[in-house]
Amino acid sequence: MLNSEDIKKLAILSRIEVSEKEIETVAKEIDSILSYVGEIKNAVANSEVEDVHYKTINVFREDVLLPPKTSPDDLVICAPDNEGGYIKVKKIL
Amino acid sequence: MEINLKTQTISKTKEHFKNGDFTCEDLVKAYLEEIEKKDKNIHAYLEIYKDVLEQAREADRKMKAGENASLLGIPFAIKDNILIKGRVASSASKILENYVATYDATVIEKLKDAGAVFIGRTNMDEFAMGGSTENSAYGVTKNPHDLDRVAGGTSGGSAAAVASNLCLVALGSDTGGSIRQPASFCGVTGLKGSYGSVSRYGLMAAVSSFDQIGPIAKNIEDAELVFNVIKGKDKYDSTSVDIEKSTKIKRKIGVMRSFINTDGIDEEVRKNFEDSLEVFQKSGYEIIDIDLPSLSNVLSTYYIINFAEISSNMARYDGVKFGEKIEGKNLLEDYMKTRGQLLGKEVKRRILLGAYVLSAGYYDSYYGSALKVREIIKKDFERAFEKVDVVLTPTAPTPAFKIGEKSANPLEMYLADIFTVTANIVGCPAISIPSGKTKAGLPLSIQLMAPYLHDHSLFEIGKDFDKAL
Repeated sequence: MLNSEDIKKLAILSRIEVSEKEIETVAKEIDSILSYVGEIKNAVANSEVEDVHYKTINVFREDVLLPPKTSPDDLVICAPDNEGGYIKVKKIL
Repeated sequence: MEINLKTQTISKTKEHFKNGDFTCEDLVKAYLEEIEKKDKNIHAYLEIYKDVLEQAREADRKMKAGENASLLGIPFAIKDNILIKGRVASSASKILENYVATYDATVIEKLKDAGAVFIGRTNMDEFAMGGSTENSAYGVTKNPHDLDRVAGGTSGGSAAAVASNLCLVALGSDTGGSIRQPASFCGVTGLKGSYGSVSRYGLMAAVSSFDQIGPIAKNIEDAELVFNVIKGKDKYDSTSVDIEKSTKIKRKIGVMRSFINTDGIDEEVRKNFEDSLEVFQKSGYEIIDIDLPSLSNVLSTYYIINFAEISSNMARYDGVKFGEKIEGKNLLEDYMKTRGQLLGKEVKRRILLGAYVLSAGYYDSYYGSALKVREIIKKDFERAFEKVDVVLTPTAPTPAFKIGEKSANPLEMYLADIFTVTANIVGCPAISIPSGKTKAGLPLSIQLMAPYLHDHSLFEIGKDFDKAL
């Protein structure tokens, strides 16, 4: 059973602000969804699959720059806060 | 010539252009008039491009100069999560409300090379999470057959636009049925090719190991024509592959009786499915019962992987590199408020769920288990495809439901994906084809799934069904 504390922890982990009002509803919804999908554990317990083996294709290519579709300047101006060709953020440390 | 939008198809339209019956500009004007009349009620489009007539005139100029690209002058609607350079793409979210794409998706480059004209961007569930387009931050798209009902999702706008003749053909994206289910609800054809058949470069990622862009069209021929233009290995998408060339089909169709007869399947859907089997039999197909026991876990497998990959893909929407931003007191608050206030309920719910299933202590029991069961499901399908060419199901367990009917309980919305998620899990191609209507006039569709890379079988078998219907 997930409680409000669990949701608060997940919210900080996900960088999403969840209001006090919403927390209880969100906890209930998430809990019911988890109960439903959680039955997957029984499926694996009842199967013979030990490990997952993937068929893979080698898609490595030469380390050569493909023609870029945009320029750094075009990308920087998309940032909500930018100045002089740089993206601005608040203090990190 | 008076343009009948209802009867237009890609080949008919190109014929009309060739004969000088009308120009691309005439055709686009007809669509714009129809949009003016109908779209305030349907809300398929989020934006009609202001330069669409100029695009049409450019197409006419090219035709006059003797050019004959495969989709020259064909008017498209494009789902709001596919990037077109210089145009807004918001994924129907507030967090990208004014985001202007800085490059063309590969599919858009290919459509441009083929001469396509873009009318506008279509409504969808926010960030491709949902099953009805009710999760759009800009309002729901209504079903053209019954305005009290949903158009389906997440490509609801694209499906509604094609169904109500507001464009000739559209692009959607499919993660768990998001092309096929709205196509089914709106009575049009929707195709999701094999995983990797169409480049994902320039598609806003939802579930990277499931997503595919695909056509929503009025018939199978148009879907095939568009698919042939947009498909192909792409340097910019290392998960892209080339499709197999045609191989002989055995005329055997697989049906999973126990799966089809579960609870929650509408009686009219069941009856229509049985009728469709008869149509195939009359066309000389053999119906073979197959058993895929792992399918009882298909929804859990799908949704665990969905939550996990989505929460990872949504991390980029933080108000720093692009999109909108809500100011906080410090950097952490910038993130918390921006994402908290600008992302919708379903998106936030899935991010939290994803964080949970991927967290230490739970990773193995949820995500690890889902990956294992995914392999079991894939093996079940490989075994089935040794006996049959395609697997047949209804596309959706019900016809279009009423707006608001399923939005109270998120789990109920998930259960409606039961028939479509499988194709995304195993990576195989799947097409939804209209197969009839309910007594109330709501569209019904069947879904064909073919082996991985055998996309062409869907067109061949689908056309046989269509002819016999």
